[in-house]
Amino acid sequence: MTIAIEVKSIDKQFVLRRSRSIKEVFVWLIKGRKGELSEKFHALKGVDLEVQQGETVALLGFNGSGKSTLLKHISGVMIPDSGTVRTRGRVAGLIEVGAGFHHDLSGRDNVYLNGAILGMTEEQINERFQSIVDFAEIGQFIDTEVKFYSSGMYLRLAFSVAVHTDPEVFLVDEILAVGDEPFQKKCIAKIQELASDGKTLVVVSHDLDLVSRICDRGVLLDHGEVRFDGPIHEAVAKMRGQ
Amino acid sequence: MTQTNSELVRPGVSGGLADVVRARFLLKLLVRKELKVRYRGSVLGLLWSYVKPGVQFIVFYVALGIFLGLEQSPTNRGGLPNYAIYLFSGIILINFFTEALGNASRSIVGNGGLIKKIYLPRQLFPVASVWVSAVHFFPQLMILLVACFFSGWNPNLIQLLAAVAGFLIVALLATGLGLLFGAANVYFRDSENFVDMLLMIATWASPVMYAWTMVQAKVGDFWFTVYQMNPITIAVETFHYAFWLPTTDGAQAIPPHLLSLWIPVGVLISAAILLWGQLTFRRLEGRFAQEL
Repeated sequence: MTIAIEVKSIDKQFVLRRSRSIKEVFVWLIKGRKGELSEKFHALKGVDLEVQQGETVALLGFNGSGKSTLLKHISGVMIPDSGTVRTRGRVAGLIEVGAGFHHDLSGRDNVYLNGAILGMTEEQINERFQSIVDFAEIGQFIDTEVKFYSSGMYLRLAFSVAVHTDPEVFLVDEILAVGDEPFQKKCIAKIQELASDGKTLVVVSHDLDLVSRICDRGVLLDHGEVRFDGPIHEAVAKMRGQ
Repeated sequence: MTQTNSELVRPGVSGGLADVVRARFLLKLLVRKELKVRYRGSVLGLLWSYVKPGVQFIVFYVALGIFLGLEQSPTNRGGLPNYAIYLFSGIILINFFTEALGNASRSIVGNGGLIKKIYLPRQLFPVASVWVSAVHFFPQLMILLVACFFSGWNPNLIQLLAAVAGFLIVALLATGLGLLFGAANVYFRDSENFVDMLLMIATWASPVMYAWTMVQAKVGDFWFTVYQMNPITIAVETFHYAFWLPTTDGAQAIPPHLLSLWIPVGVLISAAILLWGQLTFRRLEGRFAQEL
């Protein structure tokens, strides 16, 4: 087995409040630089994680446990304070579907823009364009500006672009916000298809039933530390037991 | 942006401006988006890119050229011949700089939603802003050329090359400062206000409205040399040399050593600022996602 994602003892601290006014800094200097100017929050504490190629991993935990922060480290949006993150192959995220969409552009322009943002080349988008539109069930509205789309159409198109990027490692954050029930089922089926194709999946979700259907392995995070790492059913049971 | 490979790599490590070259398809789409979105919902649309500099030109021409006597006329022998072309050739270059730097400085914060969620080469945003401004610059250049032809413009090749050099100096400078202030703006929103102030100074700190000879006469040689170190001053002078001088009888002086000394100096200073901006940007960008 080859390693797809390797996270080695990463730490991350966030500055919660930074006083930036000249007055506060001046008072701080006068008082002999006592205390910290800013408050810190430890989001990840020595997290280790190794994911093999083709594994499906769910990151579980309550709000503020560091799941999304960990996902952002894997995607490269954030850099750890200490420790290393390494990934193999192209990593793409379904992190907040539709982040790269612009309301004043047509669906077609948005497919190209968002596809390029997610790392596709021009040829790849041309080649998959029809498939993207078909999957999203947008039909003739593809040349309409997306601000006139219903929220469901909007999310469907965004999701469709993201699943067509064809990366080696897929990061999924809260997929259940997507569309109505038939489309949700389609999305989940698509994700399961990706998993059976041997893609590596890392999923963050609060829907425990869903993640136990998709994933084989669960990693339970609590206050920035890994509490449990093992089969998904045990992880879900632990999560429910807390 | 990484290609399929069998190596374990660290995500989120940027290759600097080289990444922008690699992601040129995305750059093209970002530029196209900006151009489409800029004048959305307005009746005049892209015409605003002509109307605004046009009105600005008329105001300056009337106030400075006529009221303050910078335009040469039978009753005012001391003025500049063809002042309208002198003024307009400087204004379009300054407008390019103002728009490019102003938008580049706001581009990182403006695209914060995206930068927080998806990793992509962040240098793309300031570079795209400069590119969009260059697209808005060319129609204005066309107007200038038409005006030049009606005034009997006959430039030589060196003069045209000097104008290209002048444009490059401004583009490099705007990109460099845009990277610098765009990155700083994430941490201190003072940055964009500082840039606004800088842009106001830039308009007057180069010989756009007046002649360089006036500066030399008032401040002496040392301070004039300092004044000449400003890359924008050099760029504006190259535009005067290329577009305005060939429409006059050639009796007007251009600054000494403009070609042999000042153009290389301008290119070097701009390139150094670009390098500085790039290094600062790379040092700061690791924390963009959490500071935005």
